[in-house]
Amino acid sequence: MPSSPTTVFDARAMDRTLRRMADEIIELNDGTDGLVLVGIQRRGVQLADRLAAMMKEREHVDVPRGALDITLYRDDLQTVGPRPVVGPTDIPWDIGAKHVVIVDDVLYTGRTIRAALDELADFGRPARIGLAVLVDRGGRELPIRADVVGKTLAVANGDRVDVLVKDLDGKDAVVVVRPGDGA
Amino acid sequence: MTETLGKDLLALEPLTARQIRLILDTAEPFKEISERAIKKVPALRGKTIVNLFFEASTRTRISFEFAEKRLSADTVNVASSGSSVQKGETLVDTARNLEAMRIDMVVIRHGASGAARFLADRIESNVINAGDGTHEHPTQGLLDLLTLRDNLGDLTGRRVCIVGDVLHSRVARSNIWGLQKLGAEVAVCGPRTLLPWAIGEFGVRVFSRIEEAIEWAEALNILRLQLERMTAGYIPSLREYNRVFGVSRERLARAPRDILILHPGPMNRGVEIDSDVADGPHSVILNQVTNGVAIRMAVLYLLAGGRPELAEAAKGASDR
Repeated sequence: MPSSPTTVFDARAMDRTLRRMADEIIELNDGTDGLVLVGIQRRGVQLADRLAAMMKEREHVDVPRGALDITLYRDDLQTVGPRPVVGPTDIPWDIGAKHVVIVDDVLYTGRTIRAALDELADFGRPARIGLAVLVDRGGRELPIRADVVGKTLAVANGDRVDVLVKDLDGKDAVVVVRPGDGA
Repeated sequence: MTETLGKDLLALEPLTARQIRLILDTAEPFKEISERAIKKVPALRGKTIVNLFFEASTRTRISFEFAEKRLSADTVNVASSGSSVQKGETLVDTARNLEAMRIDMVVIRHGASGAARFLADRIESNVINAGDGTHEHPTQGLLDLLTLRDNLGDLTGRRVCIVGDVLHSRVARSNIWGLQKLGAEVAVCGPRTLLPWAIGEFGVRVFSRIEEAIEWAEALNILRLQLERMTAGYIPSLREYNRVFGVSRERLARAPRDILILHPGPMNRGVEIDSDVADGPHSVILNQVTNGVAIRMAVLYLLAGGRPELAEAAKGASDR
């Protein structure tokens, strides 16, 4: 029997979690010096913007942000075919010797992060690269882990975890969609 | 996005507006790669591409080569002189021999109209037409469209005039098809001897005087006047051509608006275009060259993985 998507986070829960993540990132970095947030297109970029705004409230500094589109660094062009090239890569800062934190919405197989690490290496040599994700859903295919996690979810392989953000989707939420769900 | 290109890019005439927009939109993020310190992404790593040029070309060949290298493909250049082509090998034999060495794509420039299609029907590799006779030069048409779109925005209803030797120009044909598919109004202007007899069938406006074209157009795409046209009797002299059809600053000054100036190169300064126009504030001739690399990267990328059933599968997949 088809069920409807399960809401994991509503807007308020998501806001609360992001605030905690912003604090944890600052803690991990011992402050905001040398910190650069790099969001992965598309929803990682929105989340990085959110985190930066929260950091500004708390620390009164503008943390530099960048955007990374990893489409051209994927390893599945042969097996899956070309994807729509979704968004621009924009790394306006010299990331050499910086503490770069990659921000993405969902961590799953780890292949996106592998691609992001490759792409970042073509822009410079950061002192350290960290990873912050809103949802860790397990199912890793590579030895990759996140430093800052909003929520860990145990979901079945066929399920989909969707992060919705207001700017793109009209509302903030995290939902789990099972095969056969109407959504 | 379900749109794909199929195996080859041979011409703009058979493409849909959506396919053309897919290529232009895909080219956008590729522009940025050429601005990086490390101008390379691994998208086509391990792919082998042969640039098969049976006609002289500097710009197009180098542009394709940059596009291929910036996508990490391995490239080989074959020119007709100094190759087995000179020994009388046929086009198909040349290509089949290359294919036997396990290549993935062929970029072909050939003097015969239809050569790219002929090859594409006979080999399994992806074929990209880099200009065939007087038929089409699709990547030039696409880079012109991208440059126009960068400067004018949506091309629906915008007025573009192609000036000069339309009769012999594959660039003109690709431009006419591409512009019309994107909804632009197209005109041509040139001596009657250098316009095709059946120009009426293209559905374009025809101006016999450059002044009228300048009065009407928002952009001029000025074609190179091939110097050998004079000896063949199409025009009386280069000086006369310049006097009647040359685009000069004085002529543009009488236009009711600023006119964007495009030229596919190489230019004959002082013949079809005057230097102060070519180097003037509304010239986007070098932007065309920059956009050429991005367009060719987009075409290579889309063709490399462009199997429709796989693109369909990608739509459903959501691995992260």
